[in-house]
Amino acid sequence: MVEPRVVVVGAGPAGVRCAEALASAGIRPTLVDENRRDGGQIYRRQPENFARSYAKLYGTEASRAAAIHSSFEKLRGQIDYLPQTLVWNIEGRNLYLVRDARHITLTFDALVLATGATDRLMPVKGWNLSGTYSLGGAQVALKSQACAIGADVVFAGTGALLYLVAAQYQRAGARVRAVLDTAPWSDRVGALRDLFAVPATLLKGLLLTFALRRAGVPVYTGIEPLEIVGTGAKGVSGISFKDSRGRTVDMECDAVALGYHLRPETQLADLARCEFYFDPATRQWLPQVDPDGRSSVAGVYLTGDGARVRGAAAAEKSGELAALAVLQDLGRAPDLDAMRALRRSLETFDHFARGLNQAFPWPSGQAARLSDDTIVCRCESVSVGELRQVVQQAGARESNRAKAFSRVGMGRCQGRYCGHAAAEIIAHAANVPIEKVGRLRAQAPVKPLHIATVQNADEARSNASVEGVR
Amino acid sequence: MSTGASNPVAVSDVVIVGGGIMGTSCALFLRRRGLTVTLVEQGLVGQQASGTNFGNVRRQGRPLMQLPLANRAIANWRRMKELVGCDVEYLQVGHVRVCYRDRPELVDELERYAREARTYDLELDVLTGAAMRRQFPYLGKEVLAASFSRNDGHANPRLVSPAFARAAQRAGAAVFEHTRIVNVEKDGTDFRVTSEDGRVFRAPVLAITAGAWGNRLSAQFGEPVDLTARGPTMCVSEPVPYSIYPSTGVFTPLEQETVYFRQIPRGNVIIGGGTRGPAYPDLCRAYVRPENTLRQLGQIQRLAPSLGRLNIIRVWSGIEGYTPDGQAVLGASEQVSGLFYGFGFSGSGFQVGPGVGETLAELIHTGTTAIPLEAYRMSRFAGSPAGMRREGLAR
Amino acid sequence: MGGRFVRVGEAGRRVITLSVDGKPIQAYEGDTLLVAILTSIGNLRTSEFGDGLRAGFCLMSACQDCWVWTTHGERLRACSTVLTEGMTVSTQQPEGTWSNLE
Repeated sequence: MVEPRVVVVGAGPAGVRCAEALASAGIRPTLVDENRRDGGQIYRRQPENFARSYAKLYGTEASRAAAIHSSFEKLRGQIDYLPQTLVWNIEGRNLYLVRDARHITLTFDALVLATGATDRLMPVKGWNLSGTYSLGGAQVALKSQACAIGADVVFAGTGALLYLVAAQYQRAGARVRAVLDTAPWSDRVGALRDLFAVPATLLKGLLLTFALRRAGVPVYTGIEPLEIVGTGAKGVSGISFKDSRGRTVDMECDAVALGYHLRPETQLADLARCEFYFDPATRQWLPQVDPDGRSSVAGVYLTGDGARVRGAAAAEKSGELAALAVLQDLGRAPDLDAMRALRRSLETFDHFARGLNQAFPWPSGQAARLSDDTIVCRCESVSVGELRQVVQQAGARESNRAKAFSRVGMGRCQGRYCGHAAAEIIAHAANVPIEKVGRLRAQAPVKPLHIATVQNADEARSNASVEGVR
Repeated sequence: MSTGASNPVAVSDVVIVGGGIMGTSCALFLRRRGLTVTLVEQGLVGQQASGTNFGNVRRQGRPLMQLPLANRAIANWRRMKELVGCDVEYLQVGHVRVCYRDRPELVDELERYAREARTYDLELDVLTGAAMRRQFPYLGKEVLAASFSRNDGHANPRLVSPAFARAAQRAGAAVFEHTRIVNVEKDGTDFRVTSEDGRVFRAPVLAITAGAWGNRLSAQFGEPVDLTARGPTMCVSEPVPYSIYPSTGVFTPLEQETVYFRQIPRGNVIIGGGTRGPAYPDLCRAYVRPENTLRQLGQIQRLAPSLGRLNIIRVWSGIEGYTPDGQAVLGASEQVSGLFYGFGFSGSGFQVGPGVGETLAELIHTGTTAIPLEAYRMSRFAGSPAGMRREGLAR
Repeated sequence: MGGRFVRVGEAGRRVITLSVDGKPIQAYEGDTLLVAILTSIGNLRTSEFGDGLRAGFCLMSACQDCWVWTTHGERLRACSTVLTEGMTVSTQQPEGTWSNLE
């Protein structure tokens, strides 16, 4: 019997647990990851010559992190591991990878995408100044490089991560100037019932807030960011915001960490032609996925935060469940009770995720109030005003059309950090429901692809001469 | 599917079906001649071949018979701001086509073309050796000769057709997007054009400029064309310092080697050419094949090795309609009076677009044009088994 | 300004020297190129479109805002490049001559 070829993309908690479950069933999966080390983002590992303990690095998540890392170590001999490898495209059952300046094609029978998530951003005037980072970026600086992004950092946005990273900075001895949460306190109270679905996490969150206040860090809720102040030459020098009473507050700082929850990295799912649907609760497009992780494309599975943002603990279960679904679909009877238990446990995380969205909502209303001179697309330096202009004067009422006219989303990041806000801006300017604005269609390569990497001139010359005259 | 109410949505002098560069420019030129115009487009104007092509605005390299049309077009490119009221990023920075050392006989072809093109007012300089290296220091070592057309250039395809459409609208044309035409017929002296949702448009003149979908309409008048839909393989680099001005490509008999690139002032390098990919007119989708991108990038490094340093950030394709002889169907139908065609430009329609629009408008309005159109006659396909085996014709 | 990033731990690692805009700077083994640069100076590159200096954003290979030019005209994504001895980078765009055949 021919061994099925299963490829897992992403070596974070979902990908590792998925590969582990596949290996336990006698399959030797290929695990591809873009980073140099396993762990993904939340359990991102520090360089080998760093000395900080797990407790120092991961706080309350130390034992989970240690468990994931140790599981991965045990797994090494049972998988084909391709680190520092980018999956840049997919066609049918073929994956296109690049590693060490060389091109690789992998054919799969089953593909599990565990591609994780990045921060979801709403622009604020000045967010393109040097010294502004995503919350995730601020966390990576600390966790994996033992650096603070500045000497005097303001954390702004909303979500659990806002408090987590601020608390981590404070504990590490960095100066946290303030925490600015756009969500009003009342939203958090309203979400309590769903947040109680995972009481341990709720408690951790409350403790974090308490710890920050006790350390003297000002925590503001119900704010609206007005401007990150600074110059192009020197970067960030301060932040201006409206507090919950509508008063303008100006603060000095030399760095701002900004973020509003996470958004799944879905480019590969899109290139694999998975269907997407609009989620009104979070006002974003998500890939269709069944409770076990099956996408709308046979043989393609989506798991972890790359499918639905539910956090690292959920990602572990989701990864394992996706592996069992792969096995089931390959005709290898998996443990159905285990699948049922995993599904039930994931439902609990769904409740919690809903609660988080309710407690810390995406501030969609800010889009309409952004000044025309705010940059929306950082990569191409396109302003909100220019985007509104293509809606109002050139009639672009859909994301890809607006991109074609304004260049928003045409830059190196291909819409990761501007796409959601751009949709809100277009919807408001065109006076249409946001669902009608659609989403930016993913185009390969998933990340920038080095031209000299892929096929060199010698290969090209010999390939051409073999082809013969037309 | 209803055949439409007796009260049509629009009655005008001309109905144009297909909102690419041909149809939108034709609409504007007809309005400037005082005719009333309705333009219908199945998606958004300029969304297909006209918006996704490489963006070359070049006469060099065209078959000589295309040059009168191309010359008419270039006059319009040079006054685009005045025509459409906005910048479509047309830059007359020149066009270079090179041949490689392994085909030295192509130098003679470049020189012969340069001589012949002179009679059409196309001035070309063929350079080799040190002079070539001085003027084009980015060319790879394999390049043997470069033919430079200083009065050619490039523009931004995404902007052009929408700009023509908006200008036509400001001039009084009615433009209907998201209007897919499923039925066309002549009903007495008028054409009756019916959309998928039952709206009807009437006019004594019908112009079919529907690109890869053109044959679905022409066939309804008994004039099918064997159109093949193909998708260009396109990609673009990150922005880097602006240093390469002319649009540059390879002259070769091999499709795989026929790659080209152009840099825009913002810094991005746009790359096209090589093997085309699959296009699905029924789905209005075209996909770039990863293998084609890889080969294209290998080839582009032969043409300009320094491009190897850059990263590409996006690929795209579109839907182009190719005829069996690679020439468009353009001009009046010889079978049906009042019926005009302008499609099948086989991947080379962008530059001639504004000339096609002007010519069709002239032909429709006056019945004649100075541009020789014999080579573009629809009737050259009559009697071929074209219609019978094409998918999409049988309904 | 001097450095933008502030080190809060992991002192005592082996020193590695790199060159940024022709000036030698010191960093440590295990630093990414991004951290090596930003612990000494305030930016990685200049925005192509006139809105000033950039110093990265996401640090996790998603935003693509930290691509720098080496003095040999090569491209490196600073947040995902491990620092090695002798790296030479420029925070300015190269001259137009980048495209010339060498």
